[in-house]
This record gives sequence, structure tokens and C-alpha cells, in this order.
Amino acid sequence: MTVTLNVNGRDHAIDGDPATPLLYVLRDDLALNGAKYGCGLGQCGACTVLVDDKPVFACVTPLATLAGRRVRTVEGLGNGKLQQAFATEQAAQCGYCIAGMIMRAQALLERNPSPSEAQIRAHMQPNLCRCGTHMRILRAVRRAAEAP
Amino acid sequence: MARRAARLAGYVLCGVLAAGAIALALSHRASIAAIPRPDPASFAKDLVERGAALARIGNCAVCHTQAGGALYAGGRALATPFGTIYGTNITPDEASGIGSWPKDAFARALREGVARDGTHLYPAFPYEHFNALADADIDALYAFLMTRPAVAQQAPANRLIPPLGFRPLLAGWKLLFLHRDAAPADRGAYLVQVLAHCGACHTPRNGLGAERRDRPFAGGWSEGWYAPPLDGSNPSHRAWSEDRIAGYLRTGFDSNHAAAAGPMGPVARSLSGAPDADIRAIAAYVAKWIRQAPDAPALDRREAAAQIQPAGATLFAGACAACHENGAPMMLQGRPPLSFGTPLHETTPRDAILIVLQGLAPPLGDSGPAMPAFGDTFDDRQLADLTAYLRARFSTQPAWSSLEREVAAARKEGNAP
Repeated sequence: MTVTLNVNGRDHAIDGDPATPLLYVLRDDLALNGAKYGCGLGQCGACTVLVDDKPVFACVTPLATLAGRRVRTVEGLGNGKLQQAFATEQAAQCGYCIAGMIMRAQALLERNPSPSEAQIRAHMQPNLCRCGTHMRILRAVRRAAEAP
Repeated sequence: MARRAARLAGYVLCGVLAAGAIALALSHRASIAAIPRPDPASFAKDLVERGAALARIGNCAVCHTQAGGALYAGGRALATPFGTIYGTNITPDEASGIGSWPKDAFARALREGVARDGTHLYPAFPYEHFNALADADIDALYAFLMTRPAVAQQAPANRLIPPLGFRPLLAGWKLLFLHRDAAPADRGAYLVQVLAHCGACHTPRNGLGAERRDRPFAGGWSEGWYAPPLDGSNPSHRAWSEDRIAGYLRTGFDSNHAAAAGPMGPVARSLSGAPDADIRAIAAYVAKWIRQAPDAPALDRREAAAQIQPAGATLFAGACAACHENGAPMMLQGRPPLSFGTPLHETTPRDAILIVLQGLAPPLGDSGPAMPAFGDTFDDRQLADLTAYLRARFSTQPAWSSLEREVAAARKEGNAP
């Protein structure tokens, strides 16, 4: 089965099993390696990408759900203020969770450019960082929200 | 002619006004004089401790605490078919809580749904059940609440469908539906029917929001979720023995059923702190009522379901199988198969849909079963296909109808617990 997949504004014809998780298509077929395989169970958030501007776990999002929808990955963001804020705050230790963290934060800031601390925490809740840099990550999201 | 019509209109108006005045007079309840907040040290320690245990069984904190807020300080929104109602502050703050309430005002509120100042309370506060509370239990609950930290916090104003904001109407409602019940002698019956007010969710309600006394525990609705029946029509695939019920109420999980979801999650967390003997009494009573299914092996009609609903099978393989397929790591840890959960056997698909839409998440800072939310992953059609597949694969009940509409309604009406 062929699905037309729109990723970062470009259409790709993907020929494959419609049950394939989006994460494998991004990494194996499109060489977009920003989204990471963490748990494969939708529990850690390392694979977070945006589908129609909402954060989803790419590891449990079947290709069959994506016809006619817009997928965005960290590669599509360019060098925005979120990446700059994460670098400034040194929010990455091993860095494995960061692409997912940035994508989830991106969804929040697009919808709500000046979120409260409680809103940031509630929104970022599904994503885990095993190094424990959550406090720096939260600071980075706050910095990006306050950036001009 | 015109004069006669005017005179007639005058009589009618007088009649209406008189009827209204009589109704208002009948609905009027006296105010009970305020007192200064009782000294916490004036309550015996063992009475306070007994009250703490009773408050756990009565789930007071569930409706009277907002997410992340101070315990018992109110503010939690409760969605009802009649609008949104907010849990009030029941800490002993004199201005915004119940600090100025003498014990007889507290007892009247529990039994008759009347606040200290004489205003009628809405039946979202389960005085339909609490009217049979024992005096000694009211004493203990009063001692417990009056020794909590006082928190100054005014509950937001309710947002109800007009004219329900006019509280004297509640006097009529009570006349029709508030019965004076004797307290059952059996401890389990007392806890289930009175203090724990299980029927507030698990008993169906009539068009005016009163519980159907002719159909106790036949399954009801709560905040957009379906509370399954606790009577002979419970559709579980596995038996609800006394031990299993007790474990489920205590931990929010039973390996022969599933994790507590929706509004039952907070209830189980509240019951986790209740005395063991009381949990056993509740379990023994419920076990007598509820249908005891034969303990059949897991149900799995994989091939047949894939033929009936191939689109749903594909979505299951890509989104659900990593945890829920036979042999998945989670299943090898002894988690129950989907056929053991109640939602896929219920008459309504609402709970199954809501669990997929919202996932399962313990409250912030707490632990518990977790499942990702799929509300942004699937559109209505896709979730309808997936739900149809789950029903066909894991239940022998007939297929649900109008699933796409059901998904849209669940998105609108289902509140996150």
C-alpha cells in the first residue's frame, strides 16, 4: 500500500505496510534521524513529532493514520529560538530526549506563546529525560517563551 | 370588556404570586447561627482518626479538592448534564469554608442538603445517600474536618442551565426524591449505600437527576464516563470475587480485570487509605450483588476480527500491539489481556473510546498504570474502526453502532479524571 506522507512541507510516496509506525518511516525511509527510538511504547517521548500541529508519539502512530495530515519533525524547525534556548541553558546531557522535548515544547509555544510555569510543566509531563536535566529543559522552554 | 380582562389578569397574577409565595415559604430553611471556629484541640484524637478513615471511604477529597490544590479546599469542577458545579471548600476557614458551622448545621447539610445559612445544596452532593449516616459517624467526620488546616478559598460560581441556578427549586426536587432511609445494619451495606455512595455513579438517574431506586447499581453515568453495573448485569469476563474486589478498591488494579479508569481512579486512590476491615466489608457486600462470571480463559478472536474490521486491525498492529498483543513485553509481565477489562463488554463504547482518547495517567507526582493518550493520533473515523476491531476481537457482545458519532461525542463530553 502506498501512502502520501507530508513531512516538513514535502510530500513523499511511502510504499509499505500501513501498520508501520511513523518513527520507522522517518528514520529508515526518509533519513530523518532527529526523532529517536526510546521505549517503543509511547511512554518516554523521545520520538515525539507534530501531526497537524499536535505532539504525538511517532513510535505508536501507524502510517495508515497519516494520509492527508502534516507531519513536522525537529529537522523542519531550522535554527529557531527553542534550539538556541536549549543550547544556552545546556539542557542536553546525553541529548537523546531533546528532539522530542523540543517538538513537544514547540507545539505548546505555537498555541500559547507565553505559558505559565504550571502550563509548561503539565504540557511537558509526557516526555522523560533519563539524565535528569528536566530542570534545565524547563528553564530552556521558559527562556524560549520569553525570547523576543 | 377590557376592564373584565384586566381584572381577570389581576386575579391570575395574584394567584401566581400567592402560589409562588407559598412555594417559597415551603422551600425556606432557617439559618443556623454561626459559631467561631471550634478549637482543634477540643476534639478527641481517636475521634479525629475515625473521621479520617470515614472521609477516605466517603471520598470527600475527590470532589472537594482541585488538581494540585489544598486538600478539602474545593474548586474542583464537576460536569453534570445540568451544567458545571464546583466542589465547595470544606476546610474550617470561617469565611469561605465551614469553620463557622456548628455540628447540627454540618449534620443537616449531610442529611438534608441544606447549608448553614439555609440555602439548598445541589444533589451533586450525595445527601440522597448521606441522609442515613449514623450520628457517631457525623461526629467523627465533623471532628476530622474541623481539625484540617483552614484554607481561604472561595469556590467559583456554578454554571448551570437556567433556571437551575434558582436554589429554592431544590425544595421541590427533595420533596419528590429525597427519601429518609434507615441505616442498614450490615456494615458493608451501610458503607456501600450510605457513606461511600457507590450508587451516585453506578445507579442510573432519571431525567431530573435523581437516582432510580427501582434499579440500584444497574449502571450509571459520571462526568461523561459510564459506570458499569454492580448488579447481575455486570458484563465482566472474569468473576468479581470478594478478594478481587477488595484488592481492586485498595490498589486501583485487579489482574483479572484491569486498572481503574476515569472517575474510578481517584475513588480507588481515596480508598487506598481506608481501614482494611471496611474495604473487606464493602467487597463482601458488592460480591453478593455483582454477577459472578465463570472464570473463562482470555477471549481472543484475532482472525475473525481482522476479517470483520481490517482497518482497525492495521491500526491495532501499529499503535496498540507493542503493549497489548499476545507475547508483548507488557503482557509477559502479567498484565491482564484486553478481554479481562470491563469496557469492551459494556453496552456503550464510551469508556473504551475515552481510555484510548485520554490514555491513563496517574496524578502528577503519583505512580500508577500509564497508557499514552491517542486523541491526537487518531481521527474520529480511525478511532471508530479501532474500537469496532477491539469489540470484535475481545468480546462476544454484539457490535457497537454509530461509532464515529460516539467518538465525536466522547471527545466533547468526556472529562479527564
